[in-house]
Order: sequence, then C-alpha cells, then structure tokens
Amino acid sequence: MEKKEYQKRARQVEPPRPVARNAFWAFLIGGAICLVGQGVQTALQGVGYSEETVKAPTAVIMVFLGALFTATGLYDRLTVLGGMGASLPITGFSNAVVAPAIEFRNEGAVMGTGARIFQVAGPVIAYGLFAAFIVGIVRFALRGVLS
Amino acid sequence: MSATQIALAGRGHLAFKQPPVLTSWATVAGKKETEGPLGRHFDRIVRDETMGEKSYERAERKLFTGAVDLLLSVAGRHASDVDLLFAGDLLDQIVTANFAARDIGIPLVGVYGACSTSSEALLLSAMAVASGSVRRAIAATASHHLSAERQYRYPIELGVQRLPTAQWTATGAAAFLVEDPAERESPSAPAKGDGATLRIVSATVGRVQDYGLKDPNNMGAAMAPAAADTILRHLQGSGRSVEDFELILTGDLGRVGHPLLEELLAEERVHPRERLQDAGILLYRDDQKVDAGGSGAACSALVLGAMALPRLRRGEMHRMLLVATGSLHSPRTYQQGESIPTIAHAVEVEAVR
Repeated sequence: MEKKEYQKRARQVEPPRPVARNAFWAFLIGGAICLVGQGVQTALQGVGYSEETVKAPTAVIMVFLGALFTATGLYDRLTVLGGMGASLPITGFSNAVVAPAIEFRNEGAVMGTGARIFQVAGPVIAYGLFAAFIVGIVRFALRGVLS
Repeated sequence: MSATQIALAGRGHLAFKQPPVLTSWATVAGKKETEGPLGRHFDRIVRDETMGEKSYERAERKLFTGAVDLLLSVAGRHASDVDLLFAGDLLDQIVTANFAARDIGIPLVGVYGACSTSSEALLLSAMAVASGSVRRAIAATASHHLSAERQYRYPIELGVQRLPTAQWTATGAAAFLVEDPAERESPSAPAKGDGATLRIVSATVGRVQDYGLKDPNNMGAAMAPAAADTILRHLQGSGRSVEDFELILTGDLGRVGHPLLEELLAEERVHPRERLQDAGILLYRDDQKVDAGGSGAACSALVLGAMALPRLRRGEMHRMLLVATGSLHSPRTYQQGESIPTIAHAVEVEAVR
C-alpha cells in the first residue's frame, strides 16, 4: 500500500469521536460548574458584596475549588467525562496550574514545581499578555488619532 | 564458536542452529491489568500504583526488579548463574533497566525499542545464547502507566479527555530466562519444566518503517506497517507459511492497528485469520476504558508470559511468533512536527516434547 493511500485508510478505520455524548457531558458538567459559581456569587452578594466587587472573591473561591478537586484527584476524572466543559471555566485553569505543580514536586521546588508550574497554563498567560499588549497599542493609537 | 551457529537467512532473519531454550518466565502485573481477561494468570499482582515509593519512576523500577527476582526464584537460579541481562523500558535513558541493574548485578545490555523492547530483548538473549558463548541470559522489561503518562503526555492530575484511538500503557513487568540447551540438562532443572520444551528457533530483526503518520494518540496505525514488514520477512526467511503458526502475537497495535495489519498482509496474499492476535486487545476487557487497547513495553511481555508461553508449555500450541511493535518517536520529535518511525521484532518459539 502506498503511504498516501495508507494514511487515508488509517483515517477511515479510526473509531469516530463520540461528539454528541461529549457535547452532552460538556454541557452538563460545564453548566454544573457555572451553577456552583453563580451560587458562590449570590451567596457573597448576600453578605454585602456589590455587583462590581463580587467578581474577584468569586473567582478566588472557584480557583480554590479547582485546586482542591485537583489535589484530591477528582478534577481529571471530571474532565475525562466533561472535556471542554470542565477545562474552560476558571476551575479548569486552576487544574492546569495545580496539576503540574503536584506532578513535578519530585524534581524539586525550583527545577520541578517552580520551573514547570506553568507548563500547561503558560501559553494561555503568554499569549493572553501578548493579546492585551496589542489591544493596548491599538487603543492608544486610536485615541491618539481621535483626540 | 563457529560462524555457522546463527545463519542469516534473508533480510534480517536469523535462524538458530542450536535453538536456545526459553526455560522460565515471570510476570508482575498492576491492578487494572489484573482486572483484565488474563488477570488470574499473572505470577504476582501489585495493587498499589506507587508501590510505597515516592515516585512512579521508582515504582516502575520496583516492578522490574520484582519480575527478575521472581524469575530467578522460580528458575532456582542466582543472579551469578546468569551471564547477561538484556533489558529496557520506556523512560528517558532507560532508567528503569539501568538503575535496577545496579542492584541486580548481572552484566547489562540496555535496549530501547519502545513497546517492541520485549521481543528485542528476547531476540538478543536468543542470539547471545545461540552464539555458543553465553550459557544463560535474561530478557526483561517493564512499564508503568503513570510514569509513561509523565514521560509522553501530560501531568497525571491534569484533566485531559482521551481519544478513541489512544492506547493505555500497561503497568507491569516480565522477565524471561533463555538457556543453552546443554545447560538445561543440569540436575537443577526448573520447576516449570513439566510439559513441553520451548525453543527459540529463529528471529527477525525489525526494519524501521514510517508511513508518515504523526498522531501519537494513534500509535497502532503507525506501527501496523512495521509489523507487516517483519511478519512478511519472517515468513520469507524461515520458509514457513502462516498456517504453520497457531498464534502470531503482535504487541500493541490495538483495535485500530490490528485491522490495518490484516489489510496490509492481505495485500501480500497472507491471511492469518484468527491466528493473528494482538496483545493490546487481549490484555484488557472492552469495558476497562482503555480506548483502542493496551500498549507499553510490558503489554506484549505480560500477554506472552501469562497466556502464550503457558499454552505452548501445556501442548495446546506448537508454534508461535511474537511480533512486538514499537513507536520510536519522542515527545520532542512530535512537537517538531515529525512523523512516527516504528519497528517490530519477531521471535519464533516452538514447543517440543
């Protein structure tokens, strides 16, 4: 079999990804995480936080919950089922930072956890900063022109 | 030692004039492997995935040492009775074999063939013994699901959805004792010696194949061409047909690679049918969430030691071919966009009364 033909054949015999089932679980688990987030926010508003000031403490609590579920070995199970539904919320970001932090502790606090903690989340931070930089320059340029 | 002890018959095919004897073997399997169809056939079971160690790398080493120690005890031998150890694993710088050999004390030939390490080590052991200059050699390998995840994929606690083409690295270790037939006559013949004598009659060294597949989550498809090439060369070199074998055991093509191998062989008018079985499919049940099947250096070694060799020993089969396959990529070559080179080594074992 020619290489090109084999590559085509290999794609054909791949079992299909269970898209409908994945979407269902992503909706359910992602939705559940957001529901918890909403619950935390409502509770905080109940103890006096305003619409504006409630955002930061809500995020902090959700990040803590993500870290807790990662440390107890539950978050990866949630993601195996929920996929992007579990990866996309801020709890997933927490998982992406805490998992390598735990993982590399055997390699030491500096070259292990310290050097590798952003192994997964690093690209998000790097390109997030880069995008913010570009947007900042564009905004500055436009305001410079407009004012 | 004469130059004719091992005949090179055809490309990469080695025929042993004085076939070495595979006298004993030992398997150590993890929890998930024990819950599979071969569960009760493993010699030792390890339920704790850290084995009380502080890292999974150390746990893997413990699995490896456990298999070698168990082999020595079932064979009634001491490490000092064994001339050479051929061993390898999946970790960088084959640290499992190298570090374990530090304590075992048998002169080591470190081998790396990814998941084909089992048959590569067995092939080299047979070559060494067949050469007439080595009385006794051990072939051993180990893999650990979690140390392999660390090495090849993501941090263990990171949530990642598995793909249906992905394979599951087996946790376990196996060791095989290969002896000179004259040595076996010694009074301390192994306890497992009841039943047929298992002889390694020939072997075929793999050729690296690369069909341009790049997905490390679909290694079965990448490895099938290597298995096909080695099987065809083995048949050609040995002058046998597939009907001569009761079992052709490939190592870790899984549910995706297995049908592709059948297609590649069918193109050459070779139809092994139910003789062709895959260790990656045999090691786990369908409902164990391993997706396309098992993999890892231990996978084919565990199936060989727990299923194939005992069947030969009991006289249920007379001839088998082990064809363990390996993906030779590294995480770095994958990130650099390179395709996956693969290899397969074949070892033919026959049972004689």
